[in-house]
Amino acid sequence: MNVVVCVKQIPDPAAPGALDPGTKNLVREGKLILDDSDAYGVEMALQLADAAGGGDVTLVSMAPNGETSGLRTALAMGAAKAILVSDDSLAGTDALGTAKVLAAAIRRAEPDLILAATESTDGYTGTTPVQIAELLGLPSVTFAKKVEISGASVKVERQTETGYDEVESPLPAVVTVTAGVVEPRYPSFKGIMAAKSKPVDVLTVADLGVDAGQVGAAGARQEITDVAEAEARSAGDIVVDEGEGYQRVIEFLEQLKVL
Amino acid sequence: MSVDKIWVLAEVADGAPITTSLELISHARSLGGTVEAVAYGDGTAAMAPTVGEYGATTVHDVGDLAGALPGAPVAAAIAALVAAGNGPDVILFPATYDGRDIAARLSVKIDRPVLTNVVGLTEGDGGLVSQHAIFGGSQILSARFTGEGPHIFVVRAKSFAAEPTGGAAAAVVAAPAPDTGATNAAKIVARHVEERIGPKLDEADVVVSGGRGLGEKEQYALIEELATLLHGAAGASRAIVDAGWVPYSHQVGQTGKTVKPTVYMACGISGATQHMVGMKNSKNIVAINKDQDAPIFSVADLGIVGDVHKVLPKLIEALKARG
Repeated sequence: MNVVVCVKQIPDPAAPGALDPGTKNLVREGKLILDDSDAYGVEMALQLADAAGGGDVTLVSMAPNGETSGLRTALAMGAAKAILVSDDSLAGTDALGTAKVLAAAIRRAEPDLILAATESTDGYTGTTPVQIAELLGLPSVTFAKKVEISGASVKVERQTETGYDEVESPLPAVVTVTAGVVEPRYPSFKGIMAAKSKPVDVLTVADLGVDAGQVGAAGARQEITDVAEAEARSAGDIVVDEGEGYQRVIEFLEQLKVL
Repeated sequence: MSVDKIWVLAEVADGAPITTSLELISHARSLGGTVEAVAYGDGTAAMAPTVGEYGATTVHDVGDLAGALPGAPVAAAIAALVAAGNGPDVILFPATYDGRDIAARLSVKIDRPVLTNVVGLTEGDGGLVSQHAIFGGSQILSARFTGEGPHIFVVRAKSFAAEPTGGAAAAVVAAPAPDTGATNAAKIVARHVEERIGPKLDEADVVVSGGRGLGEKEQYALIEELATLLHGAAGASRAIVDAGWVPYSHQVGQTGKTVKPTVYMACGISGATQHMVGMKNSKNIVAINKDQDAPIFSVADLGIVGDVHKVLPKLIEALKARG
């Protein structure tokens, strides 16, 4: 079974983020890392391919400057190869444009299953995977907390407001997985070494035959008009617990008439 | 483009429209023009009086989905109305599991971009301007669409107040979904409702959340016990949801629920930007964390620098003693 995993390479979320003052795009200079949220999809893909008796796990990603450091992490986990779309004209592309690019790249891999995170950690738009499904004419099941392949269909436990739904879909399909769905493996030393020589196919927008007018800032058909500081909360009382800290909490709750 | 007509996805849970949809209908009304709802499922006729009361004049009823996930059929029904020339200027979706799916499918069907995680909507030159909380809510970004409508916004819960106006029941008009082929092939075969003790996370007056500082999964019981004693709901940071300690439905933050309770208690939560954006608008915030430099203290009304394993058991004991 061939599985495509959509992965995003993002600036380290632990570092403070910034917007470019001119374009107001997120600054994505420097080293990018594999979005933590995507490690679950990669692990899930490896497990499903294994359970199905083999098949390739292919990563599909879009990133500036031919960035591959995050892809190497996922390749070191065990993915077989990657398709990276990298093109200067993609700066400022929105979720729909990204979906058009990724859908075109995914078509080349002819997968039985496409996995993605429910949303990225940096932009967290959360629409791209389903937009990809619609572009490819495929069913989609989002917010999966359990995924099983059964013959030519996929069985998913989908998170709901009140519990979960059991959902079945024929393959191929797009499934988005929540964090915690599986325990992502740590890349082994052998895996890290092997990842260096795994194939990464770097493509441009033109290679994919995507209309240049559909991507980039112009294709986004939306603009940031303003960025302002949010109203700051004033800091309150900070006390060090010497064994009676709980008492302060009780007093506070009493003041608020919660108690 | 003036905003003459706004549609709101009226999602139903437990036989009534969800609060976020009513918040959107209320706010849409304040933006002027006509407000109409789009609904699906078997409870649409029953909701007509409620959505009418909040200001919607019409319910476009997609009808029962025969077990299909809503994304494809509901988006197809909306796209068909748009193609027939009856579309609105703006479509508002609640940021729910299904709302997001429908908005994403619709975006492709009518080839329009989407703005998600909206926390405010105001009138601007030539259309609406949306507000988005970024970098943990420390900055507010404003955005607008530059192309033709319908403009699709996906709005987070509690961005607006739900205010009834005493309007008459909305007229229900059938808006069946056209055939959506393979995209509609995912079917719900069974539903499981997990038992919930106490109020819903996003409706609770008190929310007690736990994070990595709890140390191990078993310690989350402290959070649940405290929440129960305060008649509140138990929440969690992304870190412990990712670690598999608690289900995703407990997650508060950017990728989880937005809460605005009277009291929010963050226990063993450092206050990553991911978490802050979901709780910093709580009316009162109590933080308990052993690291005095934790960012959570910058938004706390009361901060206890201490070990949750020491403070929480004492707090629980004292609350139990009060009966």
